[in-house]
Amino acid sequence: MQEPAITPDLIASHGLKPDEYDRLLEILGREPTFTELGIFSAMWNEHCSYKSSKKWLRTLPTDGPQVICGPGENAGIVDIGDGQCVVFKMESHNHPSYIEPYQGAATGVGGILRDVFTMGARPIAAMNALSFGEPDHPKTRQLVNGVVEGIGGYGNCFGVPTVGGEVRFHSAYNGNCLVNAFAAGLADTDGIFYSAASGVGMPVVYLGAKTGRDGVGGATMASAEFDDTIEEKRPTVQVGDPFTEKRLMEATLELMATGAVISIQDMGAAGLTCSAVEMGDKGGLGVRLNLDAVPQRETDMTAYEMMLSESQERMLMVLKPELEAEARAVFEKWDLDFAIVGETIPEDRFIVEHGGRVMADVPLSKLSSEAPEYDRPWEATAPAEPLADVPQIDPIDGLRSLVASPNYAAKQWVYQQYDSMVMADTARIPGFGAGIVRVHGTDKALAFTSDVTPRYVRANPEEGGKQAVAEAYRNLTAVGALPLASTDNLNFGNPEKPEIMGQFVGAIKGIGAACKALNMPIVSGNVSLYNETDGTGILPTPTIGAVGLLAHTDDIIGCDVRDGHVALVIGETTGHLGQSALLAEVFNREDGDAPAVDLDAEKRNGDFIRANRTLIKACTDLSDGGLALAAFEMAERAGVGVLLDDATTAMLFGEDQGRYLVACNFDQAEALMIAAGQAGVPIASVGRFAGDTVQIGASAAPLADLATLYRSAFQDAVA
Amino acid sequence: MRAAVVVFPGSNCDRDLAVAFQRAGAQVSMVWHKDTDLPEGVDIVGVPGGFSYGDYLRCGAIAAQSPICRAVKAHAERGGYVLGVCNGFQVLTETGILPGALLRNAGLKYICKTVDLVVKTSASVFTSGYNGGDTAAIPIAHHDGNYFADPETLAALHDQDRVAFTYAENPNGSARDIAGILSENRRVLGMMPHPERAADSGHGGTDGMALFRGLADALAPA
Repeated sequence: MQEPAITPDLIASHGLKPDEYDRLLEILGREPTFTELGIFSAMWNEHCSYKSSKKWLRTLPTDGPQVICGPGENAGIVDIGDGQCVVFKMESHNHPSYIEPYQGAATGVGGILRDVFTMGARPIAAMNALSFGEPDHPKTRQLVNGVVEGIGGYGNCFGVPTVGGEVRFHSAYNGNCLVNAFAAGLADTDGIFYSAASGVGMPVVYLGAKTGRDGVGGATMASAEFDDTIEEKRPTVQVGDPFTEKRLMEATLELMATGAVISIQDMGAAGLTCSAVEMGDKGGLGVRLNLDAVPQRETDMTAYEMMLSESQERMLMVLKPELEAEARAVFEKWDLDFAIVGETIPEDRFIVEHGGRVMADVPLSKLSSEAPEYDRPWEATAPAEPLADVPQIDPIDGLRSLVASPNYAAKQWVYQQYDSMVMADTARIPGFGAGIVRVHGTDKALAFTSDVTPRYVRANPEEGGKQAVAEAYRNLTAVGALPLASTDNLNFGNPEKPEIMGQFVGAIKGIGAACKALNMPIVSGNVSLYNETDGTGILPTPTIGAVGLLAHTDDIIGCDVRDGHVALVIGETTGHLGQSALLAEVFNREDGDAPAVDLDAEKRNGDFIRANRTLIKACTDLSDGGLALAAFEMAERAGVGVLLDDATTAMLFGEDQGRYLVACNFDQAEALMIAAGQAGVPIASVGRFAGDTVQIGASAAPLADLATLYRSAFQDAVA
Repeated sequence: MRAAVVVFPGSNCDRDLAVAFQRAGAQVSMVWHKDTDLPEGVDIVGVPGGFSYGDYLRCGAIAAQSPICRAVKAHAERGGYVLGVCNGFQVLTETGILPGALLRNAGLKYICKTVDLVVKTSASVFTSGYNGGDTAAIPIAHHDGNYFADPETLAALHDQDRVAFTYAENPNGSARDIAGILSENRRVLGMMPHPERAADSGHGGTDGMALFRGLADALAPA
């Protein structure tokens, strides 16, 4: 087949800027072939190269005694003691999910699961953080239904419990939804596998599903803004097959146990290209690929298509040649393809052969080391205007508006479509704070949460960045867990705009400061930029996924609220209403500054909760909706009414940070008060749990009525 | 009690079921779907939940044609015990070991939550650990759990006391609220809910354990 001539249009359609193309010419010393152009475009797009974000990502804290492997591998690895570790990462699949919600979301789950089991870990928990446009936007319903079904369709069949997540709605996501998928796995610390190849002349083996034309150019698509040609991009979305993924996981873990694996890398964005280059580059080796040996699903595929295909459920491995027979037997057992498609070579070259012809021959290390890197101009976000007057409202009316909003209503319509209990180790399903999964066969457990408040990040990127980490810290703390580490999924608009870059820089500073102060290093992550449609960006959404450890399942703080229990707030309340949920939902306003985060107070209050867990019968962090919403959620969960004494709007709905709502009996409350006094932790009795009414000051409503609204509002809005 | 748990390539509750059997004191062996025989001396075969062969076709339809299913069928025909949970129940109906079929849930959505079951009969080794009329909180997790059978079959199941469990609140449209049924000889149980997910205190409920304990008591070596 005649390959197309390299024209400026062709170069531009590969997302390469003129100066980037000049750099390519300099590296090659000649015009690239069509396949080479595709390879460079795949490696140098924003999605794979992090060219706009790298400079700032380097500033994040990534170390700690608990960290076994930080960013740069398929996923981060954190020690949990007893020779075991947790392997986790969060990654976006925003653009594909907007174009084709079911498959986009499904393959997002597939991709993140592969990142985890590629490292030798069996996935034990999944979460997803979803941001959609307004509920009544014509596209929202289809997106919500498709995305949720896609996540369920993939994760349920694969067999990983989905134990947490978030769903939000905001007009800023009308043209660009966000689908951020998290997965965590469990591995033995002496059974971890990395991607760096080693040894010359070692066979490069292709594992898993066959290669088709799906997803060709997907990574480049994911690095561009959307416009009205979006429908034409549908063929760039991959199609998922969770049954194959399940077999690939089992076969990969079995293969690792044979000792045959030197290094291994899953094929994600930019498939064969990215995985081969990664393994060679990290190992300081070249790679020769023979595409004739690649298992193919379609006929007459070109080298260009095979190198850029994003067909799912595939892996690339460097094999110990003497164990080929054992390795092959494992894949035959699971009825998966196993093909030697190349070898490692000593020269710094990436050679791709097809039909007896050399289709690409480029210096391998230059594909990553010489990738463009930008210090994009940025403009710090202007300080927010001071908050205008907020009228007092009837507290029950305010609460009713929040529980009736799909943003704050119960999400069981979503999470009941996910298998949250498969593997039979789930200790807490979604719906109330962090999800908890036991470490199989032990008394230990891991807690998982995912958090960000995009309104805050827009108003004040630095405080908003801190807040995302602090809320994750609190959610883990509220179940009794010690936060271990985090993963960041940074979703922003077009980084070529200085104000967007300014949001990014500010958020990174805040995240970095909080991760350092709270000892939750970032061990993995993903950046998704260009989340814009027709020039309008999303709310800056740096999702933080975090993992905490419980030394014993007995340490879990449950939700055992009884009639007569006291309601206590730990942490200081000043009544900050700027950028609050109440303001947005009731007054349709998004003004004022984000609440400030005092990281010392966060740490102190969190340590206090953990140290006094035996006195606490139920605990939740105070976040969106403040005390009023948290108290209602706890009451609804326990089926007991609640009475709050203070009825002022700011005290009820203010979103001051560093706070927890705690329920316990009178004696325990007294003991907590004394302990708090000694620890210098602010504590206040705010009311009690009793009866079957929600009573705030003089205003009241039956708990059952509010609960009905809370349980039905989400599906009424979008199902 | 010697138990064998079938492992299809897409099974994902095989370990969970094996753990529950073991907790009840059983010796458990895992049996690969390509095997043609069950291990010698097996009392009970567990057919676990999951997505046997991906289930892109009718759930369990391909599994019913697998080599191991021929052995399971022969075991049942010899009067051996079989427990099919979720996908396992679907497989048992597809093989014809149990009557009826599992259709798509009436709400067309996958549902995962803990539901109350009503124990309709204690006259089987599976339900002997319960009293008839007991309520048991046990999780469901399925897309196709809507039990269907023709009126004669439904009448026969009722008349022969072969409905093991019903849903207290029907979540999926199942005929007569049926959650689990017994074979004519009462030695095969198929049920959509997952008793192995309510089998130790860490699960937040242990109502499923009575099933495994009852089995262990009944099938312990004399």
